[in-house]
Amino acid sequence: MHELIIEKLLLFSATTAIMVVCLISIFIFMEGLPVIKKYGLWHFIAGQKWYPEQGIFGIFPMIIGSFYVTFIALFIGIPLGVGCAIFLAEIAPPKLARMVRPGIELLAGIPSVVYGFYGLVVLVPFIREHIGGRGFSVLAAALILAIMILPTIVNISEDAIRAVPREYKEGSLALGATHWQTIKKVILPSAASGIITAVVLGMGRALGETMAVILVAGNVAVIPDSILAPVRTLTANIAIEMGYAADDHARALFATGIILFVLIMLLNLLLALVPKKAATGE
Amino acid sequence: MFINRYREEKLFRALLLIAIVITLSSLFSILFHIISRGISVINWEFITGYPEDMGRSGGVFPAIVGTFYIILVSIAVAAPVGILAAVYLTEYTRQDSKLVRIIRFATETLAGIPSIVFGLFGFAFLVIYLKLSWSIISGSLTLACMILPTIIRTAEEAIKAVPYQYREGSLALGATQWQTIYKIVLPAALPGIITGIILSIGRVVGETAAVLLTAGSSLNLPGSIFDPARTLSIHLYLLTFDGISFQMAYGTATILIILILIINSLANFIMRKMSTGHNC
Repeated sequence: MHELIIEKLLLFSATTAIMVVCLISIFIFMEGLPVIKKYGLWHFIAGQKWYPEQGIFGIFPMIIGSFYVTFIALFIGIPLGVGCAIFLAEIAPPKLARMVRPGIELLAGIPSVVYGFYGLVVLVPFIREHIGGRGFSVLAAALILAIMILPTIVNISEDAIRAVPREYKEGSLALGATHWQTIKKVILPSAASGIITAVVLGMGRALGETMAVILVAGNVAVIPDSILAPVRTLTANIAIEMGYAADDHARALFATGIILFVLIMLLNLLLALVPKKAATGE
Repeated sequence: MFINRYREEKLFRALLLIAIVITLSSLFSILFHIISRGISVINWEFITGYPEDMGRSGGVFPAIVGTFYIILVSIAVAAPVGILAAVYLTEYTRQDSKLVRIIRFATETLAGIPSIVFGLFGFAFLVIYLKLSWSIISGSLTLACMILPTIIRTAEEAIKAVPYQYREGSLALGATQWQTIYKIVLPAALPGIITGIILSIGRVVGETAAVLLTAGSSLNLPGSIFDPARTLSIHLYLLTFDGISFQMAYGTATILIILILIINSLANFIMRKMSTGHNC
């Protein structure tokens, strides 16, 4: 009897995650859907004007902003992160790798608002004085995000590279390939599914990041026309206006949350497809 | 041909070295920049004092208390649930059952949801629907949902790493399954579980977006978990975003970094202890 109660309790705990995901979906959709229905999904997603005081809610600039910032962050973060992963897994002596790893962990641990603060006091003035524009820009946000997604990319790619069977590498080296040829032609292709996973997770992190972006992006709700122009992301849209929004305005912010939620779910779905594809490819 | 190969080899080694140098130097420049300017702000008065003039001067004591309140409550909620869930997933069910696959999917989804969406959820469900208003309890419950995946995953890994013979020995002595788990498996997995909890504390300390929408940003010292509070991260955000005081912001950021340094080294220390313990 005792055992049975405990098993039920364990089962209940295990299903908490499912319940939370359901509750989150229900509440976000319940609050956000009315405004999407009222103004039309197409107007909401493709509308280029965001004037909440006049009841005009178009989040197209924020969607573009989020992806603009994310892709530039990935453009910087992927080579850096995968490079670090190759270095740690293949080149660095174990002692050095062990010394570097706490550094990567620390990068992952630093609060996002601290990154944002650093970006505000160092990066933004630097860009303003040396590159141009007002400093609050796509570039500043992307640079900060690139650093922030590094730990995700490094850790998962490194695991993937280390998981490549030793024999593959030995076979390639025995055939006279150099270390770099081996890495390029044998190890990286074998680790590809893991590296793709790392990139997709990094992308999710960049799309979802809020605080670091708010502090450096300038937050103007207009499609940025250059890398030095200010930008507002979906996350920033919610965080900045949630404090004072009411009625339809608040619901429009929840609807922004729905779009963000759906985007992340799509990324997760993509993730579920990745390993299978790579496995059949081998 | 040969020369090209070796040149390429050298070039690629140099590029990888550059990648690691850029990564580490961005870390060190962030740490150095903030700590070198913040450390002079930190003194006894800053830590134990109350903020004055919206935080332009004075201390950060209420934010420290708020941070610890939120850590305690969110861990007190998420740790038992997460550990029990991990026990169920590893010990009580087959890995390929449909329920397990759904739970895994839910956990992964939870891990991927942006913190601001958690904030929206906490605001709509806890603050408004359950009428908990902006309070430590609302913020903590929101964060508990956020850290649940981390706790489940690390606890699962730790439980899986416990040698199978331990369980067999205990069961052979006539212990029930729960007795075996409670007295043998969980104690053996404890270091790994604690590491997961410590890492979750790190996330709670650093989280801002979700807490901002659920815990309020009161400057007062919270008296109970139903009072609103602000954490150090929120304090730093508001000081910076509203341009209140960069000096105070440096101090707060330094405290946050020191907290994270302590948390990370604690986690590493326990991990190392665990790996040596298993070798014996």
